[in-house]
Amino acid sequence: MISSGWLIGFSFLYLALLFVVAWWGERRANRGRSLVNNPYVYALSLAVYCTAWTYYGSVGRAAEDGIEFLTIYLGPTLTVPLWWIVLRKIIRICRTQQITTLADFVSARYGQSLRLSYLTTLVCVLGVLPYIALQLKAIATSFDILSAQQVASVQTPGVYQDTTFYIAIALGIFVILFGSRTLDASDRHEGMVLAVAFESLVKLLAFLIVGIVIVFGVFGGLEEIYGRAAAQPELQRLFVIEDADGFSRWFWMLLISTLAFLFLPRQFQVAVLENTREDHLRKAMWLFPLYLLLINLFVMPIALAGRLTFPLGEVNADTYMLAIPLWAKREGLALLSFLGGISAATSMIIVSTIALSLMISHNVLAPFVLGHVRLKKFLGPYFARILVTSRRVNVVIILLMAYAYYRGVSTTYSLVSIGLISFAAVAQFAPAILGGLYWKEGSKRGAVAGILGGFLVWGYTLVLPTLASKGSMLELVMQDGLFGLQWLNPHGLLGLSSLPPLAHGVFWSLLVNVGLYVGVSMYATRSTQERNQAEIFVDIFRYAGARDTPIGWKGKASVDEIRLLLANFLGRERANQALVHFAHRYRRDWETDPVADAPLVNYAEKLLASAMGTASARVLMRTTLKEEEVSIEEVYDILREAQQLFSVNKELRKKQVELSRATEALQEANNQLKRLSEQKDDFISTVTHEMRTPLTAIRAMVEIVADTPDLQAEERDNFLATIIKETDRMNRLISQVLDLEKLDSGKMSFSLAPVQLHSVFDEVTASMDQLLKEKQVDFSTQVPEQLPALEADRDRLQQVLINLLANAVAAVETKGGKIVFRAEAVGDSMLISVVDNGKGIASEIQPLIFDKFYQAENQTVRKPKGSGLGLAICRRIVDGHGGRIWFDSEPGKGSTFWVQMPLHQTEMTEVR
Amino acid sequence: MSEKILIVDDEPNILMALEFMMKKGGYSVFIARDGSEALEIIKTEAPKVIVLDIMMPEVDGYEVCRFVKDHDTLHNTKVIFLSAKTKEEEIAKGYSVGADLYMTKPFSNRNLMEEVKRLITE
Repeated sequence: MISSGWLIGFSFLYLALLFVVAWWGERRANRGRSLVNNPYVYALSLAVYCTAWTYYGSVGRAAEDGIEFLTIYLGPTLTVPLWWIVLRKIIRICRTQQITTLADFVSARYGQSLRLSYLTTLVCVLGVLPYIALQLKAIATSFDILSAQQVASVQTPGVYQDTTFYIAIALGIFVILFGSRTLDASDRHEGMVLAVAFESLVKLLAFLIVGIVIVFGVFGGLEEIYGRAAAQPELQRLFVIEDADGFSRWFWMLLISTLAFLFLPRQFQVAVLENTREDHLRKAMWLFPLYLLLINLFVMPIALAGRLTFPLGEVNADTYMLAIPLWAKREGLALLSFLGGISAATSMIIVSTIALSLMISHNVLAPFVLGHVRLKKFLGPYFARILVTSRRVNVVIILLMAYAYYRGVSTTYSLVSIGLISFAAVAQFAPAILGGLYWKEGSKRGAVAGILGGFLVWGYTLVLPTLASKGSMLELVMQDGLFGLQWLNPHGLLGLSSLPPLAHGVFWSLLVNVGLYVGVSMYATRSTQERNQAEIFVDIFRYAGARDTPIGWKGKASVDEIRLLLANFLGRERANQALVHFAHRYRRDWETDPVADAPLVNYAEKLLASAMGTASARVLMRTTLKEEEVSIEEVYDILREAQQLFSVNKELRKKQVELSRATEALQEANNQLKRLSEQKDDFISTVTHEMRTPLTAIRAMVEIVADTPDLQAEERDNFLATIIKETDRMNRLISQVLDLEKLDSGKMSFSLAPVQLHSVFDEVTASMDQLLKEKQVDFSTQVPEQLPALEADRDRLQQVLINLLANAVAAVETKGGKIVFRAEAVGDSMLISVVDNGKGIASEIQPLIFDKFYQAENQTVRKPKGSGLGLAICRRIVDGHGGRIWFDSEPGKGSTFWVQMPLHQTEMTEVR
Repeated sequence: MSEKILIVDDEPNILMALEFMMKKGGYSVFIARDGSEALEIIKTEAPKVIVLDIMMPEVDGYEVCRFVKDHDTLHNTKVIFLSAKTKEEEIAKGYSVGADLYMTKPFSNRNLMEEVKRLITE
């Protein structure tokens, strides 16, 4: 028995030693004399694969199930030749792409998918957390055993009395110190790696020494142990693979252990991310299997020794490594064994915690902050500090959660079961990663679907059963299947109940995973970025040489912008250093050419990626430097879409303009119609009024003649003559209305012919002779002897002159009236005028006199007698000949009407 | 003494017919060819009945009617509009300026004479 004080002291002494080793490693690295940069340290660090689960669990497993425990080590061993193909490729990709976590790798392969980044992190945390808890449990158990408390009667101590809690805290401090000190995650954690390698050495030596002492000291050598075991039939069984079940278990175990070796976050961390040279793989490829061989060498003998020593069930087989030395009263050996266990557990916890904390801060937190404009704006300036702090906080949270899990759940399960479930979880990355390495068509959607599907099946078939306590709902599910459907039984999906639970879970989850990955990938369309990344990942060895070759960067940025960006996230000093380094290496002269070229942008993105993960860096570069879309197809798509929108818009705009134009036109037409309609109404009402006037006179006089029998003959004749005059007036009015209608509607055509004005004047004068005489007008004509002929419609011209003359006659007083007809040729035109000395035209009605019945404007004041529709008709006729009609008038003194007509009609002028 | 009647119209032939009728009817007849002329006669003669056209140059019939109805000294004077304006609203307007009767052209001589007689005895 060893006092717990001793144990605690010893444990923390060992941890202190770890700190020293790590510190030493860091110091050497800082001085440029790396201890880690050698294949032996690399191979030893890979041995973080062997956890407390190996250290204690293998023996336990061997004691119960025989050589099956080997599968977990045979898997990686058998597939070692593949390392050169697969692992080297992954390492190369991570280096060229500045990938810092497993989640980064998956997301980077599928076009920097944030969704994959989140998903991978989630699966890792959920899959690995119990595993960390398991290590804590191993430490606690070993502690209890050595401090003489029977495992069976373990009284779980309070948190503050629990040494495991303090060990967890110490490990947290270690990780914070050596795992998350700098922002640049691509800076390798050399101190940590050295410490892990050192621990691998410690646990190997401890195991070997314990094995040797037990076999050769406590027992009489291998011969004795195997001989005694062979004598017991129940132990014989441990040497053979018993049945078909056994084979299938072997197959699945080999498979998931191979995958776990590659994709467990801690393995990815040490094998890929902490790798300093690809060449180290060559040595590691035989050193690591050797290590596995050595550490497993004494598993069977110790297991057998335990079985031979303790009756089955009395001592937990997982604790033989401690129980046998104690039983043999070799406290020193027990302490050494304890130390080995601690080293196995702590190395796993350290590396896993680093890997997970990086993942959470780089693949969840950073993209989340950067993805939200406001958050980014708000937190941007502190981003670097936030990232580092978050990584530290993550460490604490992860360890606390693992501790809580250990206290709450893991006490009821054996080490092995939890470890294998973890393995199965990370195996879900296999299709996406391996597919991504060799199958260019593997798509983001496929990867998401595969991982998600596999993960859900994993949870249902492997995790759910472990949570089913007696009498709970879950237990019912375990017995009768979900919803009482037996084919949904977590241990027998679709009736496949013949497989052992683990094999069953792995089979289904991987089947669903691969199926979805391949199936969805085949139908999913991929963005150009995805295609680019697929190209790079699959053909990495072709691209790796061109590490700073831009792949599809089409943005524009200045060197200063890049400098500012880098300074924000890496600090000004580092940013400047990096740029100087780049300028030197690629012989750039930014003094003369301050435009950032693609290699620089790529370089900057890689630098940022190392600080915040590739997806975040990508987002940041793209948003900050306003990179344009990379793919021609995408550009075309955008263009097409824009074009469509544009043309639709254009069409719409055109239509709109057309519509508004049409509306305007309609409105104008409508107004015109309204005006016309109003004019028509006015015209009609005026015409009817004008017709009623002679009608009134006629009727009144007819009645007088009829009703007055004693009418004198003279009076009667006067009335009858007036009646005739009034009927003429009516008739004239009707003709005028019809003429106007013809002229207005363009139905009147002029029959043009050369006209001699003299003859026209004669006729006009003749027709007006009666009227002129009645009024005793002094009428004269002033027309030159020689007048050129005027090309016009003779009748219409005559109509114009008659109208003008009639108006003039109406305007002048009886007696004293003077009217002159004049005509002269002026250039190409004939100027005719009618001058009177009548009352003139009142200035207010002057603008109106050419309108038909201008009374429409002024309904009650009548225009002078004689000018009804006449002037309106005159104007239309003159206009129709391409001429002009106007007047000068002075009220009280007389008026002159002018008509100017072209001598020749150039063409048939249509009347408006 | 016969009643004074003023006839206002710018159509000489209508004026002639009306003048003949009224004289035949035994009235003392005044004639005016436009509104302003009519106003002069009204002021001096204060006729018992005015037969008034509406559409005339310068001063129209409405104005003449308003003048009559605005002067208390002319409260006995009756106004008959005799117009070719036959629309309802035109007739309404005629009454609104105070006309005692609105007759449309062409008119029946007998009707007009009866109405004049009625207005005088009223």
